[in-house]
Amino acid sequence: MLENFAASLMTIEGFAFYLFSVLTIGLFSVTVMSKNILYAMTSLAAGMVLISGFFFILGADFLGVVQLVVYVGAIMALYSFAMMFFDATRDIKEKNTSNAVVFVLGGMTALVLVLMFAAPIYSESIQALYPMHEGVGNAQDVGMVLFTKYLVPFEVAALMLLVAMIAGIMLAGKKMDDSLTEDMSADDEIMIEKDEK
Amino acid sequence: MENLVYIALFAPFVGSLFAALFGMSERKIFVGIIGSALIGLSFLASAILAYNLYTTGTVVQVRMMDWISAGDLNVGFGFVIDQISVTMMTVVTLVSTIVHIYAIGYMDHDKSFNRFFSYLSAFVFSMMILVMSDNFLGLFIGWEGVGVCSWLLVGFWYHKPDQKREDNPSISPSWAANEAFIMNRIADLGMLIGIFILYWNTGSLQYDVVFAQLPYLSDSVLMWAAIALFIGAMGKSAQFPLHTWLTDAMEGPTPVSALIHAATMVTAGVFLVIRANPLYSMEAVAGVSFFIASLGTFVAFYAASMALVERDLKRIIAYSTLSQLGYMFAAAGLGAYWIALFHLAAHAFFKALLFLGGGNVMHAMHDELDLFKMGGLRKKMRGTWIYMTIASIALAGLPFFAGFYSKDAIIETAFNEGTYVLWGILVLTAGMTAFYSFRQVFLSFHGEERYKALGFDPHEMYKFVLVAMSPLAILAMITGLFMNQYKAFIYKIGESVQYEMSDHTHHLAVWLILLVVFIALSGIALAYFKYARTGEHAFKPDEKTANGFFYKLLINQYYVPVFYENFITKPYMMISEMLWTKVDLKIVDATVDNIARFFYNTGDKTRRMETGNLSNYLNWMALGAVILLVVAAISAMLV
Amino acid sequence: MIGLSHYLVVSAILFSIGLVGVLRRRNLLMLFFATEIMLNAVNIAFAAISHYYNDLTGQMFAFFIIAVAASEVAVGLGILIVLYKKHGSLDLDDLATMRG
Repeated sequence: MLENFAASLMTIEGFAFYLFSVLTIGLFSVTVMSKNILYAMTSLAAGMVLISGFFFILGADFLGVVQLVVYVGAIMALYSFAMMFFDATRDIKEKNTSNAVVFVLGGMTALVLVLMFAAPIYSESIQALYPMHEGVGNAQDVGMVLFTKYLVPFEVAALMLLVAMIAGIMLAGKKMDDSLTEDMSADDEIMIEKDEK
Repeated sequence: MENLVYIALFAPFVGSLFAALFGMSERKIFVGIIGSALIGLSFLASAILAYNLYTTGTVVQVRMMDWISAGDLNVGFGFVIDQISVTMMTVVTLVSTIVHIYAIGYMDHDKSFNRFFSYLSAFVFSMMILVMSDNFLGLFIGWEGVGVCSWLLVGFWYHKPDQKREDNPSISPSWAANEAFIMNRIADLGMLIGIFILYWNTGSLQYDVVFAQLPYLSDSVLMWAAIALFIGAMGKSAQFPLHTWLTDAMEGPTPVSALIHAATMVTAGVFLVIRANPLYSMEAVAGVSFFIASLGTFVAFYAASMALVERDLKRIIAYSTLSQLGYMFAAAGLGAYWIALFHLAAHAFFKALLFLGGGNVMHAMHDELDLFKMGGLRKKMRGTWIYMTIASIALAGLPFFAGFYSKDAIIETAFNEGTYVLWGILVLTAGMTAFYSFRQVFLSFHGEERYKALGFDPHEMYKFVLVAMSPLAILAMITGLFMNQYKAFIYKIGESVQYEMSDHTHHLAVWLILLVVFIALSGIALAYFKYARTGEHAFKPDEKTANGFFYKLLINQYYVPVFYENFITKPYMMISEMLWTKVDLKIVDATVDNIARFFYNTGDKTRRMETGNLSNYLNWMALGAVILLVVAAISAMLV
Repeated sequence: MIGLSHYLVVSAILFSIGLVGVLRRRNLLMLFFATEIMLNAVNIAFAAISHYYNDLTGQMFAFFIIAVAASEVAVGLGILIVLYKKHGSLDLDDLATMRG
């Protein structure tokens, strides 16, 4: 077991896998545990980048790029913008659910899932529906499938993104002039003072 | 012909439904009139059928429809109009018509007038099904139908409260109704078993098919079928030990007592034995038949003895009914079926007359039934007095009245069969019958006018009621004269009902008749000297007699009802109570309650999950996910 | 050699971390972060399966999950901002108004 581990560390793929695994687990743990939103978000973004690393190891180049562009580029940017509405530097004060419950439930899930997945999967009846082709780039392969077999879901997803975009704008965009963090009454006082002058 | 059959059968049914339409509204006189008219129509149809049968001798058999068709069982809704059923039909519809008309007057002041007519007509309908059916199942349906109607009618005044047994031996109408119904239920089980036995062994319920198969059945089958059927007959005809309900059933209105508990329903048991005469004539069931005759004789004597001391007018007549039913069973048991049937018809006429006369007295005395409070009523109620005297003469069996012919024939049969013990008891009972029936007449219509001291103001019944009763009085006088014609009529059925006295008996017949008449007359004379005289010899209730052992024994009906109450009703009650508190409440109910409580408590506990806090919901969701995962993992492992 | 199981185990661990976040945190923004972690964990599993079975379907699903995640973030953040405007807080305990 240990020998196997050591041997796999010697290969580039194995080394990268273990490195990414340790890092993502650590970073995501920070995300989940940190009191500071900024720390949490930063570690989340870093974790996302490392996950795209997994995709590259797995040969899903296009997926890795998309992960980088969408998650790290778009989603994390959205989060950072959203955070500007809230007070990001302040520590979050919250009554966390008791650790016992979290540990039991989360631990149980992890245990069961790990046990299930660690067990060797014997399933020879699984057949590739859309097999990858030798000597063809991943992006090309993905493109072929995405624009033939998955064209309709793809279009629907595009429409969904459009709808989400409009919804986001509408929800967040109203009353943009009002500050969410500062005391509203303070503003009013200033206004009153102005009027008095 | 077929239409006449349907008219005879369904006219009472239509009358019942019509009266039921007005069941909840106040008294409407036309309900009674139309009901009576429809029963009268039914009588007319029956009479025409009877005449037709008498002249042509062709038995009418109709099959209205298929009723039950399941596997091998095929029962039709069919009717047979032969000599036996046509006799019953005519008697039933005639008495019913008169009782219906009588009830218009008698129930005059009752607020449930319409309901009464609905029940009464429904009873006639059930009785017609009973006598007309051509198979055992139809008979059973009618049998149960008359039972239900009897229950409804005995308990007609259900609102009367329960009394102590010392004050009123029948306790209350509803109690009496339940007693009658439950006792009949016990007997009906016997009857059902009998029907099942016959069906299993012959594969049919049709009378003619079953009877044709009888010679091929084994002796034990025949015997058990005969016994089981007779148990059913015992219940309906109130034979010992299932007799107590009949006297208690007198709690019902008097027309009901006259129609159901004297003339028609209680004779259904006798009818069943007569109807099944091919079975009871079999060699193999001779023992059962002799038992029937013995039991009948015993009941005749037993009931008459209780009637000797009874003070309640209606109960005396009820005992006499019981006693006469005993006579009928004695005749049927000895094989003289046609004599039993003839006595049944004659008895129906004079007993209905007696009851209706008793109803007049009761009506006049404002529901007072104690004979010791009456006396000398003949001055106020001449018509009723004449009717009651005629009926009592007929019952006592004095010459040329109905009872003379039919009852003497039965006594003669007992002599002819060589069963001299039965004969002796029956003769003795005839004397007792004469005594108690005239005791009742003398106590109510003769002697000192004791009612005056008690402040009663008796008045005669309506004229139309008295007129309506006249056919019964005439029939009570003349029925006996047609005995030979009737004999010729019924002999056409076949050999099984034919019964002839031997020459030896024939020679002695005159002497036998004289003996019976002499005994009856001495009974009447005894009653006259004891109860009818006025002045210094006038009858006074006597403390010393009333405290005597035999008097106590008889007035308490040999303590049979008390025995039933203490040794059957009460232990049954105790067992029921125990099963209720121990089994039903602790096990059955508790199980159901706990299931309900489990769900209630679960709901109560899980209600707290609904905090409105999303975080808590997420925790629960995670718990559910974990459980599902565990289940999936385990099932994956197992597969 | 790194097998499919290795990836699946990593994916499971990451998913559980996300679950722990969902269970533990009361701040809505942190719940969003935890949800993202869970989605990504699933994506890893899809990509790994796709690789080891030589089938593109897994990657397709991962794409769509990314699209869904992006929409979810867009709409979700909008809602968060509205909520914050209304209540001045993103803590679930403060937002619990429907008590059963």
